[in-house]
Amino acid sequence: MSVIGNTALSFSEEQAMLLDVAREFCKNKSPIAVVRSQLETDSGYDPALWDEMVGLGWAGIALPEACGGSGMGVATVVPVVEAMGRAMLGTPLVSTTLAAQLLLRAAGAGRMDAALAAIAAGATATVALLENADWGDTRIGCTLGADGALGGSKRFVADAAAARLFVVVAHYRGAPALALVRAEQLAGGAIVPDTLIDQTKRSASVDFSGVVVADENIIAGEGVVAALRDLHLLGALLTAAEATGSAGRCLDTIVDYLKTRKQFGKLIGSYQALKHPTVDILTAVDSARSFIYHAATLVGEGPLDKDAEIACRMAKAHATDTLLYAGDRAVQFHGGMGFTYECDAQLYIRRAQWSQQQYGDAQHHRKRLASLLLD
Amino acid sequence: MSISEQELNDFRAQVSAWMRDNQPADPGFLLPQTFMEVGDERQLEFLREWQHKVWSAGYLGMAWPKQYGGGGMPRVFQAIADQEMRRHGVPICFNVIGLGWAGPLIIDIGTEAVKARYLKGILSAEDIWCQGFSEPDHGSDLGNAQTRAVRDGDEYVINGQKIWTTMGNFAKYMILLARTNPDAARKYDGLSYFLAPMHVPGIEARPIRKITGEYGFTETFFTDARIPADCLMGEEGQGWKIAMQTLQYERGAEAGAAGGLMMVRVTIDDLVEQIRDLCRDGEPVLQDPVMRDQLVRLIMEEKALALGDKRAHIAALTTDYPHSLPLSHKLRGTEMSRRMRQFAINLQGAAGALYVGDGQARQGGFWQRAYFNSFSATIGGGTSQVQTNIVAEHILGLPK
Repeated sequence: MSVIGNTALSFSEEQAMLLDVAREFCKNKSPIAVVRSQLETDSGYDPALWDEMVGLGWAGIALPEACGGSGMGVATVVPVVEAMGRAMLGTPLVSTTLAAQLLLRAAGAGRMDAALAAIAAGATATVALLENADWGDTRIGCTLGADGALGGSKRFVADAAAARLFVVVAHYRGAPALALVRAEQLAGGAIVPDTLIDQTKRSASVDFSGVVVADENIIAGEGVVAALRDLHLLGALLTAAEATGSAGRCLDTIVDYLKTRKQFGKLIGSYQALKHPTVDILTAVDSARSFIYHAATLVGEGPLDKDAEIACRMAKAHATDTLLYAGDRAVQFHGGMGFTYECDAQLYIRRAQWSQQQYGDAQHHRKRLASLLLD
Repeated sequence: MSISEQELNDFRAQVSAWMRDNQPADPGFLLPQTFMEVGDERQLEFLREWQHKVWSAGYLGMAWPKQYGGGGMPRVFQAIADQEMRRHGVPICFNVIGLGWAGPLIIDIGTEAVKARYLKGILSAEDIWCQGFSEPDHGSDLGNAQTRAVRDGDEYVINGQKIWTTMGNFAKYMILLARTNPDAARKYDGLSYFLAPMHVPGIEARPIRKITGEYGFTETFFTDARIPADCLMGEEGQGWKIAMQTLQYERGAEAGAAGGLMMVRVTIDDLVEQIRDLCRDGEPVLQDPVMRDQLVRLIMEEKALALGDKRAHIAALTTDYPHSLPLSHKLRGTEMSRRMRQFAINLQGAAGALYVGDGQARQGGFWQRAYFNSFSATIGGGTSQVQTNIVAEHILGLPK
């Protein structure tokens, strides 16, 4: 058995069509000027644009048809998220998709159909998962009492201010469980926004103390642990897909500048000191795209198997390292201009730092890959 | 004619059995991993005998025309035979310039007489072929080749110098790129292409001692060497075009090559398997967190290359910078291989400092030699630096 293992990579007509549509949509609706106009707003996105995306069916791509989705699986969300990453378009699509997947995978078909239908129809949702900055810490401090009362706070909750639904990971009867909480249930001041390095993104600390969850909104049992494991991997994959899109766009930005900027009487792109690292970025982006679509090929409806786990971890480890390198070089290659807020390079280097820290950084994943591949 | 699954499966079983039964015993000396490492007569004779045996069994040149020593069969059979050779880890079919370059070219554009004269000897390994493209002053700039060929009656008179001629000292024929018209407006239009005999007066192949301490290449000197005029392929001035056509055949049986295992690939699997007994800090090296991280990075690189080969065939996923995957493949693959081999030595502790010839050297110094030899791929066929310029200019559109 080779350590290289599974190298399946396929791309369906549906995926190709969505990639095409999503790229065109994002290009038209999210030029950089529009991205910049959202940098300092509370939600970080334009609700009208979100409604358009919902209208295109994107909130329900991976949801069953019974819930108003299109039943195409997370594999088909990947091209959409990559396209959004290319356009630096910040919307709650990733956080909503992940919350829906967690619900669906933990509860099984049928049980959470009402909530999933609401999500497919545009209700934004998010997972309240982390309690500290360590992605490798699986302990859960947040409690869900026998009376259904939640206790504790969550940190780094993506798109919390915009979310209508929260899937809260809590300790319940000696095991991890999920509590579905509506935004209206939160106490005033429960959401304290983070100031993020990437201004196209939003997250917050959320205090769930005192929120009482009805029985029908509690998911407990063995399925929860497996679903949480899948959530970590799907979160890694979608972050990787978004980072890959951003890295591709960052490369284009570098290439455009290298073709137009002159110094010492020559276009700077003719200098090998700039040309060669730019090729390194190209090959890294190439690999990132291969990894994310390989992972998309392997993630199905059921629990992720070992090959899919390896694929998601490789995609994340490689894609966010790629964006870090591309963003870093984008600033440097733009010279003095690159040091300004006005230069778009800042958008990519900030996105890079943010992406690296979502769902575990490259080291986090390579450490786990070592066990998967070498032990 | 369609071939049934059953027929292919039966054939695979048959080749597999033959390879198992005929796999040569360890000769007691290091066998070349590529045809560029044939350094002495005993390696040469060993490989000549092996290739002859594979061909005699009908597993080489299977898709080449029957009347010239081939098998006249669909290419799929050769592809299966190649896979089985790789799987069984048998020695290489070493007459690579003949099998992979000269042969397919002759089949495509050679006259009947040329085909009858050369093809069978290529397959049987009776006639070793070499390649005369690179020159000392024009390593990566092939179009600028300066070796002269001047027509004189029924002959061409060759003067000049070629370098990195693999097996130049063993070869009977050379595919030679030489300048017939130094005044051509474009440098490329002055070149012509010859199937030149090596055993004529005025040709001297001096072995080059490689970085490994071994031989395998020669520097080839032409001093008023006379070759028959009918050695010219095509017409005068078509040399560049034919040379480019030749390079297209490089990629295995699909492209017309005769098949056969052309090189022993050294993979990350070989590395992982062969370091299981190595230790660091008194523990297995595979438990060492730092070394594990390095290995994971290498595995990811090799996997990314394999996945890239797949993605390159999916049109919808290659719209950004089309051709970037195939055009950067050589650059990425060879650089990755070099780093992997270097790391393999790094893993060996103090024994990493031992070399071929030392009885204690790990696997006879296999990795040390493999690392040094890896430079032939990062330098030959266009250095990585030139390759990077090509990708930057042709794919990204950056200025020269």
